[in-house]
Amino acid sequence: MIKQLLMCLTLFALVNTALAEELLTFRSELNQVRYQSLIKELRCPKCQNQNLADSNSGISVDLRQQVHNMIEAGKTDQEIIDYMVTRYGTFVLYRPQNTPATFLLWYGPFILLLGGVVLFVVVLMKSRRRRRK
Amino acid sequence: MKRILLFMPFLVFLVLGVVFYFLLGKDTQYMPSALIGQSVPPFQLVTLKGEKLKQTDDLPKGSYLINFWGTWCPSCHVEHPYLMTLAEQGVTIIGIDYKDQQTAAKQWLRDKGDPYALVLMDELGQFGLDMGVTGAPETFVVNAEGKIAYRLQGVLNAQSWQMIKAYL
Repeated sequence: MIKQLLMCLTLFALVNTALAEELLTFRSELNQVRYQSLIKELRCPKCQNQNLADSNSGISVDLRQQVHNMIEAGKTDQEIIDYMVTRYGTFVLYRPQNTPATFLLWYGPFILLLGGVVLFVVVLMKSRRRRRK
Repeated sequence: MKRILLFMPFLVFLVLGVVFYFLLGKDTQYMPSALIGQSVPPFQLVTLKGEKLKQTDDLPKGSYLINFWGTWCPSCHVEHPYLMTLAEQGVTIIGIDYKDQQTAAKQWLRDKGDPYALVLMDELGQFGLDMGVTGAPETFVVNAEGKIAYRLQGVLNAQSWQMIKAYL
């Protein structure tokens, strides 16, 4: 009985993964790797907290197809990202661009860290001077 | 000097409070279109009725709306009566039949009335991608200069129209 149940479960798991995979063929293994990494980096415009790989909304399916087509057509990763940004804005990028608008996002933590170090040193010097007195 | 330092946490609290207060009640789902201020991207689409090929030049000269819809989309059922009202008020609406079937779309317009000045078929959703559409219904406002001025995701109704019509 238990054996049969296990069998059933494994079969079910197999069917599930088979259904989840879209039937896509790539000209090379590199293309497939590029596809996988791009759909992980691009955000689904409809569902906000999912990437294209995770989402099954209509637009994500379309955009995955578009990424696949563009890779197979010989477009570079940058060209594909530019294509997405002109249509959906920088919103689709999970990795924010390094522009003046995102300066604080990228360097804010380092600025805060630097401030902390300066404060630390100042406090240290002050207490040392007090002790000498 | 020491005393001012003691007030620092309070100052930080005040600044953060003000910032957060102004973010309250904002729609977190709202996403401005990347195409605001730009012209409608070039296209070649076939009309739903008569199957004629239309291009960017065939778009109206004045201001108008571009409405993405489909018979498969439940919210489009909700939206349709209001589009009829707008059309009666003389608003030009271009319909994009998004990822839909021609026969079903024709039947829909026969049953519910046709508010559109022109209906183009985007069967594969390629024009939808070029417009940065995330689903249906979605409505773009194109102003008299031919530039995209506003994008509404979701149902166009009397409430959202109050906000949109200023962009027309």
